[in-house]
Amino acid sequence: MCGLAHFFEDEGISTVVIALVREHAEAIRAPRALWVPFELGRPLGAPNEAAFQRKVLTAALELLDPSEGPVVLRDFPEDAPGPKAEEVTNWVCPVSFPASDIEGPEAPAAALAREIDALAPWYQVSLDERGRTRVGVSSMGVPEAAQFVAGFLDQEPANRPVHDQPVSLALKDASADLMSFYFEAATAQPGRKSSGEVERWFWTGTTAGQVLKDVRLKCLDSADDKVKFVAAKLMLPKSMGG
Amino acid sequence: MVRLADLVESEQAHLRALPLPTYKTMPWVAGPSGPERRVALVTTAGLNLRGEQPFRMGAGADYRVIPATADSGDILMNHVSVNFDRTGFQDDMNVVLPLDRLKEMAVDGEIGSVAAYHYSFMGATDPVMLEPKARELAGMLKGDAVNAVILTPV
Repeated sequence: MCGLAHFFEDEGISTVVIALVREHAEAIRAPRALWVPFELGRPLGAPNEAAFQRKVLTAALELLDPSEGPVVLRDFPEDAPGPKAEEVTNWVCPVSFPASDIEGPEAPAAALAREIDALAPWYQVSLDERGRTRVGVSSMGVPEAAQFVAGFLDQEPANRPVHDQPVSLALKDASADLMSFYFEAATAQPGRKSSGEVERWFWTGTTAGQVLKDVRLKCLDSADDKVKFVAAKLMLPKSMGG
Repeated sequence: MVRLADLVESEQAHLRALPLPTYKTMPWVAGPSGPERRVALVTTAGLNLRGEQPFRMGAGADYRVIPATADSGDILMNHVSVNFDRTGFQDDMNVVLPLDRLKEMAVDGEIGSVAAYHYSFMGATDPVMLEPKARELAGMLKGDAVNAVILTPV
C-alpha cells in the first residue's frame, strides 16, 4: 500500500494512503498517510455510514493541501461508529440449528446441506434487502461449493482442474463463497452486531465452520503442496487458531 | 483498533514479521487544489469484477480494473487473507472502495471529478514485485488525467 504510493509519487501523481496499521505507515514512510483507528477490513470505518465515510475521505484529501512533506502521517481522531469488533451485543443468528445426529462418513456433508437449507430463506432476505451478493468468487453455486469442500473429508479430489481452476484454488474460493453465504444470511437482519460475534458464530457455532476446520486439518497432510499451503495459511483466521 | 497491540498475538507476530520496503528516495508531488482534483481509488483489497479471472496465488503483482460505472453487486473480494473483517464489505463496498462517496463529493464540488477507472491489487504481495505494475498503472492513471490517488488497504 505505502509502496504503491511511493511509486505513484515517483511517477508524478500525488497520493494519500489510508493506513490501518500505524506501525507499518511509520516504518515505510509513505508521502502522505492518514492512520485510521478502525478494524482490519474497514478502512473507511463502518458500512452504511455515508457521513462518516465522507469525513474520513475529507481528512485524507486534506493531506493534499500544501503541507510540510515529504512525509506526513496524521491520525484520524474518531473511532468508527457502531460496535467494535470484539464488542458483545448479544446478537444471535436468526436460525438455530438442530444438533446433528447423523453418523457415518456422509454425516458432515449431509449436515452441511441441511444447515444451508435452513439459512437459505435468510440469504434470500439478504439478497432482497441488499440487492446483491458477494458470493461468486468460485464458479460453483453454494450447494456445490459446500459438497466440494466437505468431500475433502472423505477423499482429496484428484489433482485436476475444478471449473478450470487447480484444486487448491477451488478449495480456497469455495470456502470463501461458503463463508460469504453464511455471513450474508446471518447478518440479513438489521440491528447491532459486531464482526467478532459473527466470526465466532461461524467458526464455533456452525457445521460449516467445523467442516472447514476439519478439512483444513486433513489438508495440512496433503501431498499437494498448494493444497497444504491453502490449509495452512488461507482457511482459518489467526483469531480462531489458524 | 488497529494498533498491533490490539490484535491477537499470532496476528501481531505475523504483521510485525512482514518485510517492509525502504526506499532511497522520497518522492513528493504537490497535491492539486480541491476543485482541480481528479481522484482515483487504488486498493489492495483483492477486488475483481464478477465473471473475470480472479487473482491467483503466485501470479505476480497483477491488478484488476474497476470502472467507475461498475455495479456494486458485481464487485467481489478475492483476497487471500482470512484475517480481516469481510462483513463490512459485504454490507457496503464503500467501507473499502468509497466510490459512491467520491461521486457525491464531486457533485458537491469538494473534488473536481472522479476517475473513469479505479484499480485493485492483491494485498499481501511483496512490495518489490509491485513496482513494475505500479509504474504501468501510473501511466494509465495519467492517461485518465488523474492527479490524486487515494489508497485503501484491508
